[in-house]
Amino acid sequence: MTLKRSVAILPLLLVGLAVLIFAACGDDDGDATETPSDGTAEPTLTDQPSGSHSQILQDVLDRGRLRCGVNDSVPGFGNLLADASFAGFDIDYCRAIAAAVLGDSELVDYTPLSASARLTAVQTGQIDVLIRNTTWTTTRDAAEGLTYATTTFYDGQGLMVRADSGFTSVDDLATAPICVLEGTTTEVNLATRLPNAEQNSFADNNLLQQAFIDGLCEGWTSDKSQLAGRRSEFPADEGGPEALVILDETFSKEPLGPVTLQNDDQWSDIVNWIVIGTIAAEELGVTSANVADMAAAAPSVAIARLLGVGFEGGEVTDTGLDVDVTFMQDVLAQVGNYGEIYDANVAPIGIVRAGTLNALWTDGGLIYSPPFK
Amino acid sequence: MLTLLSNERFRRYLFQAVFALIVLVFGYVLIANIQTELEGIGLEIFPFVSTKGSFPFIDVSADFLGQRAGFPIDQRAFGFDYTANDSFFRAFVTGLLNTIQVSMIGIVIATVLGVIVGVSRLSSNWLVSSVATLYVETFRNIPLLLQLVFWFLAVFLKAPKFADSLDFFGVAFLSVRGLALPEVHGTSGFGTWMIFVGIAIATSIAVRHLLTRRQDETGKPSYPWWGASGAFLAIAGVSFLILGTPLAVDSPEVGQFSYDGGMTIKPALAALITGLSVYTASFIAEIVRGSVLAIPKGQTEAAQALGFNGFQRLRLVILPQALVIIIPPLTNQYLNLMKNSSLAIAVAFKDLFGVGDVTINQAGQAVPMIALLMATYLSLSLTISAVMNGIYSRLKWRSLRQ
Repeated sequence: MTLKRSVAILPLLLVGLAVLIFAACGDDDGDATETPSDGTAEPTLTDQPSGSHSQILQDVLDRGRLRCGVNDSVPGFGNLLADASFAGFDIDYCRAIAAAVLGDSELVDYTPLSASARLTAVQTGQIDVLIRNTTWTTTRDAAEGLTYATTTFYDGQGLMVRADSGFTSVDDLATAPICVLEGTTTEVNLATRLPNAEQNSFADNNLLQQAFIDGLCEGWTSDKSQLAGRRSEFPADEGGPEALVILDETFSKEPLGPVTLQNDDQWSDIVNWIVIGTIAAEELGVTSANVADMAAAAPSVAIARLLGVGFEGGEVTDTGLDVDVTFMQDVLAQVGNYGEIYDANVAPIGIVRAGTLNALWTDGGLIYSPPFK
Repeated sequence: MLTLLSNERFRRYLFQAVFALIVLVFGYVLIANIQTELEGIGLEIFPFVSTKGSFPFIDVSADFLGQRAGFPIDQRAFGFDYTANDSFFRAFVTGLLNTIQVSMIGIVIATVLGVIVGVSRLSSNWLVSSVATLYVETFRNIPLLLQLVFWFLAVFLKAPKFADSLDFFGVAFLSVRGLALPEVHGTSGFGTWMIFVGIAIATSIAVRHLLTRRQDETGKPSYPWWGASGAFLAIAGVSFLILGTPLAVDSPEVGQFSYDGGMTIKPALAALITGLSVYTASFIAEIVRGSVLAIPKGQTEAAQALGFNGFQRLRLVILPQALVIIIPPLTNQYLNLMKNSSLAIAVAFKDLFGVGDVTINQAGQAVPMIALLMATYLSLSLTISAVMNGIYSRLKWRSLRQ
């Protein structure tokens, strides 16, 4: 009889222990999450009322550093240099976010991620933002718990072959072996464009390049920006960049932009408007060289709003973002506007901006800033 | 209550219950925590497990596993049919079969190689034993990942370019695109012939049994293995001719980008199998050596006294006894080989883990996919263990009977 009673206590004990542990977990969050006394409802981050402080922003501020997920093997976009520093178009956007949020563009911890590990890194909170030539797609945005900021680079998939191979169109390689990076949208696009081609999927760009050099593949497919980047650094003893040609056809849409976690709208807004700010700055002609003068005496209302200063002694417009109103001054002074970032990183690998989708909308491209006000 | 606590049997149950409780609560908190975090971003932990429907509550078609995978898998084991239009689940099965194939081939090669090297290390020939020692110390001391990349980049990718394919009498070709070999496949009458082959096997077993018994009874050698082989070849060969050669050879030809016809062993698969077998063989060699050394020296001396030569000593006296000691550690190596095959991702071969990795990226379902991968690898491991344990208990029983 006593034994029976002690068995009946077991479920009670279980609930009690669970509640205790949940209470401990809840404390760790240091957040306004309610610890339920009955153990039924769980504490979640999504319970925050809109407009409250961003959890990720708070973490970044507490840490004093931004954790940015990047690429380490695409020259021009995200590349690890010989001196162990990172450089590229995407890297500059990490620096821009650090400048805006922390006031110093150098306060970034870069996490190099493989194509297949990058989205999980955002989902699990290993990084605060992912800027690693990541294509914006419906499933990634909706079903995978992610949010995309404004596209920073409009890319498309292409095919690179040896210049002496004689191939002139993508269709020439209908049944050819083609090297591709594993875990990318390009893998799926290739299967759609050339269903009979033989795919060799590599986890790493450098291994892929070696296999391509050794003749495992006739073609190398990726986003054209990546191909141009890799082509610009093709080893000289294999003929250098001239030994390769990127075929004209672009067979997919690859809009690339920063990625953040879905449930933190404040943080996503901040990242988004930093990107938009760099575009607005280019539209308005604000550069790293003249930002200080323009902040001192803003020549127009639009520029005053962008830089978070009053126009002709007027009131400062508060955008409502959870960062200092002058955040774009830091970004522009330390990193530059969209055109400057492009010219510093993408132009050197041989992708001419004029006439492409990445020209300003006023020049016939797609780079366009919503009104910054 | 106090009297109850002083009851030893009750106390024992109590401790067990408390321990079980802690494990349960820990597991519950862990899963509940993942669930909460995932729900926060609109994901589910086990989307394919539903409490509705019938046992085992797993519905792979319901969620992402049933969706179109979209990525191709070029190397598919056992001729499994899969295209980019098939579902993630079918892709998963393709990866699973690839892993099984690589593991099976790897285990066979590693065992043969390991036994040869292990026995060689014990050889009285200085050169042979030195080479075997060098082999073991080299391959077991270099990380497997490094070896795989080495085999792939420095060996198999350094084969001639496709345009300069090595031509072996027009029936086999070798280049960086792979080794193309003629493939033997059955034609009409193959099924019938397989029945005859079955009969041939049964007959040869019977012949061997009879001849062995006569040898035991009369004490004169009656060559049971020769008899068995003869019986098999006679039945299988005659039926083969009667049925009008039910096997055909499909020779490869050089195509535009790769070899048409025949079968092609691609560099990725070759590097993976070579790397896995060579690495695992170095461990198996040490297991074989240790087990042989564990057999009392008197056994060797007794066999010597009976006039057995070196090979006969090994085959008839030492190895059968060593086998019982070899099996348990050998099982570990087989498990290692199977699990290590997940390094295939380094050489661009899509195995179970590789497919899982791509699926995670394309479908974004990391937690359920990782859980599924873990469960699958666990099942594979347990299967290998079960088979090896079965062999072990049979051998042990047989060696006890002798």
